Parts: sequence; structure tokens; C-alpha cells
Amino acid sequence: MSSVPNNHAMSLGLVGVLVIIAVWHFSAASGAISPAFLPTPWAAASALRLGLAHGDLLDQLRDTVSLMFRGWFVASLLGIGLGTLVGVSPTIGAYVEPTLEFLRPLPPSAIAPLAISLLGLGPGMVLLVVIFGSVWPPLLSAAQAFALIDPRLREVARCLGLSRSAFVFKIGLPSMTHDVIGALRVSVSLALILTVLGEMLTAQGGLGYVILLAARSFNAPRLYAAIILLALLGAAANLIILLAERRLTAWNIQRV
Amino acid sequence: MKNWRGWVLPAIVVVASELLIRQTVTDSDVLVPPSKIAAASVVAMADGSLLHATFETLAAAAGGLALGGGFGLALGILLGISRSAFEVSFLAIEILRPIPAVALIPIAMLIFGFGFRMEISVVAIATLWPVLILSQHAVANVPAVLLEVGRSLCLGRRRTIISIVLPAAAPGLFTAARLAAAYALVVAVTVEIFANPQGLGYALIVSQQMLHPETMLAMLFWVGVIGWGMNSIFLQFQRTFFVRWSNVEQRQS
Repeated sequence: MSSVPNNHAMSLGLVGVLVIIAVWHFSAASGAISPAFLPTPWAAASALRLGLAHGDLLDQLRDTVSLMFRGWFVASLLGIGLGTLVGVSPTIGAYVEPTLEFLRPLPPSAIAPLAISLLGLGPGMVLLVVIFGSVWPPLLSAAQAFALIDPRLREVARCLGLSRSAFVFKIGLPSMTHDVIGALRVSVSLALILTVLGEMLTAQGGLGYVILLAARSFNAPRLYAAIILLALLGAAANLIILLAERRLTAWNIQRV
Repeated sequence: MKNWRGWVLPAIVVVASELLIRQTVTDSDVLVPPSKIAAASVVAMADGSLLHATFETLAAAAGGLALGGGFGLALGILLGISRSAFEVSFLAIEILRPIPAVALIPIAMLIFGFGFRMEISVVAIATLWPVLILSQHAVANVPAVLLEVGRSLCLGRRRTIISIVLPAAAPGLFTAARLAAAYALVVAVTVEIFANPQGLGYALIVSQQMLHPETMLAMLFWVGVIGWGMNSIFLQFQRTFFVRWSNVEQRQS
């Protein structure tokens, strides 16, 4: 959110979380909501602990992370590359942009049936959907960052007689690090969502598959354990990129 | 025509795939020439199935958006105005927000079964977070100068919110609504593809499973047209109604 919390705010935040867990506990334990839909926090936590220690949750988590990361990585490279191309050359932009504008609002999940036809039900199809869905944030932000480069920097490049590729690597890419990393945080959460969706469709492993199977067998604690794991995974991925951003843009004091 | 260059790429793709597929592929489950896709679009349009599915998808998306966006807006405004409400809830929100909405589809299915209620509930939860966060941000960032004006005019808390905070935050709130509307469509189609037997998403996945690639691709194209059209309408609306505000912002900065 908008501001960085201090210790006082952090403890207030913890109070809020405890209140929610308490409400969860009482609505589940009192039977107000059927245990088939909502297990107690304790049941979900112990399903998570057992699943991680003795069960298959760790392996499934690894599957999901691997698919998500590969899709996100390819999408990031592709997005930054294409975005740079569009941003550097107005001519290429004029040819490509309208097509991109049409493809961008397309729900990534709508690609799934096409991906299934092309690649069959398997990890390849999931990867294709993940890449298609998470390529947009880095692409758009890279293109936009190039358009917003300080005119003075362009003049500097002209004075120094930099070639176009030197301009891209020495001025363009460094000055867009901040915006693009922000976009990569958005795209990693998209990649996670689409990986889970893909795993639910292919049903060949991963946390999406665990959720699907747990719901079908009315195993609510395991279902919630997997959802908790997904939330942790999403938060962890976000945090890692945030830390990387601090590192990579530390030189840029203007923006801190 | 000014933007002719934008049509070059799609035209090349259409002509090339038409020629290539006609010559080389005789019978495929995926590759069909664009002319057949166009014909399938006409058929789906003529028999009403396309419009019916579109209506179902848009109705579920709108219902979910109204529910989730409404709650998100109310909560976001509250958290934007009250610092203490924000401090109590931010951690809980940061923990709940990363849960992928698709992971909740099986739970919604257990509770509501198939149909509109299940789809609306998932769309509502998915759109709640972005609206909440963007509107909190918009309200919390209302310039302090404006609030001081409210104080010196001795406006009450309610009057300050209604005649100063909300108008000042309006462009931000509208952006939140625009993004959430696009997201609502995405989630609605996703729910239909994965589970709910109605709407465009279901039409897509069924035509894939029945090996009608021309219908599938026609549906895909149509979904793209709807998403693109919705986005354009919202952008046009934003340009027409919020120009004054954004001008003010530019002059200030």
C-alpha cells in the first residue's frame, strides 16, 4: 500500500490479522458455516504442517514454483525486448501497437482452449498461457519508460554521438529499471494466478491440482492449506522482487 | 487513413494464414483459415448463441463488479480517510490479497454450485482488492491544501468528504473502476472456462473439446473485441469527463 508502516502501525496490523483469524475460528467452530466449506484455522494449519512435513505439498509447491518462474522469466525477457523495440522505434511502434492494443485486453485464460488444441493438456500449454498473460506489464512499462526518457538525456546521447544500440543499453535500460521492475512485480502475481489455473485444467500436479482434488473430495483443511501456501508464495515472490528493486535502483537517489 | 500502418500486421497474418493453411493443411483440429473463422462467426451471430453467451458473461461480470467494486470502493474510501482504520487493516489486506481468485473457484463451487451466484462471487472477490487499494490510494493522496480549505471554511466531516475529498479523488476512483471492469471480464471468462457451464468461456472450451476450431477461434476473436471495446469506451469516457481534473493536476505539477 501507499506508505511504509512503522513498528506501531505493524503491531496494529497484527491486531487486525488476529481479529480476522478469531472471526474465522468462531464462524467455523460454532458451525455457523459448514465445516465442508470452512475448516477451523487450526485444522487448516495442521493440514499444512502435516502436508509439508510428511505429505506431498512440498513437491507440489516445487512444481508450481518451477512452472510459474519459467513462464514469468520468458514473459519478462519477451516483454522487455518487445517493449524496448516499440519504445525505441516509433516506426515499429506504429506497425505493432494497434495489434498489441487488441491482444492486451484478451483474457489470458481465453487462450487456454487454443493452447490445449496446439500443445495438448500438459505443462507446455500452461507455460504458453502464463507467458501470454504475464508479458503485458513489462512490455507496456518498457515501451512507456522509453517514451518518458528525459529529453536532456537524449541530447547528451546526441552530443556524445552514441549509436542507437549504445543509447538503449547505456541510457534506456538503466533509466527504466525502476518502472520495469514494478511491472515485473505485477506480472509475477499474474503468472502465479495463471499457473494455478493451468494446473487446475491439466490436473497433472502442482498446487492448483491439489486444490481441485481437495475440493472434489470435500477435504476442506487440505484445500485451505494449499490456498495458504499459494498466498505465502505470492507474497514471497513479491517481496523478493521488491528487495531486488531496492538493490538495483540504489544508485538512483532521485527516486528513493 | 491515418493509422494504416496498424493494419499491416493483422492483414499479413490473415492473408498468410489463409494461403498457407488452404494449401498445406487438409484436416486439422487447430489450424483453420480465417475465412472459415469468419463464416463460423456469422453462424454463431445468426443463431443467437453468441449474443446469449455474451449476455451471460457480461451479466456475471457486471454483477460481480457491482458487488466487489462497491465493497472495495466503500472500504477504500474509509481506509483512505481514516488513518487508524488503515493501520489496523493493512496487514490483513496484504495477507489476503495475494490469494489467487482462481484458487477460490472450487470453494465457490462447493458453496453455490454452478450458475450466476458462483461466478458473481468469484468476480466480486477478485475485483474487491484492486478497487480497494486504488481508491484508498486516491483518497489518501488528496492534496492537503484542499483539506485545509475545508477546515478554514468550517465544513463538517461529512461535507468535507462529499464536496472536497470525493471530487478530488474522482479521477483516481474512475481509473480503479476502469481497471476493475477489465479484470471482471477476465475473471468471468476464466470461471466459465474452468467450471461454470455458461457464457463465452464455456462456449470457447466446449468448441475446443468438440473439435470445432473455427468456432473456438471465432469466440476467441469475439472475446477480444469485447475486451477491447470495453476498454475504449471507458477511456473515451475518462477523456470526456475528467479532462478538467487532469488539467488541474498538470498545472500543479
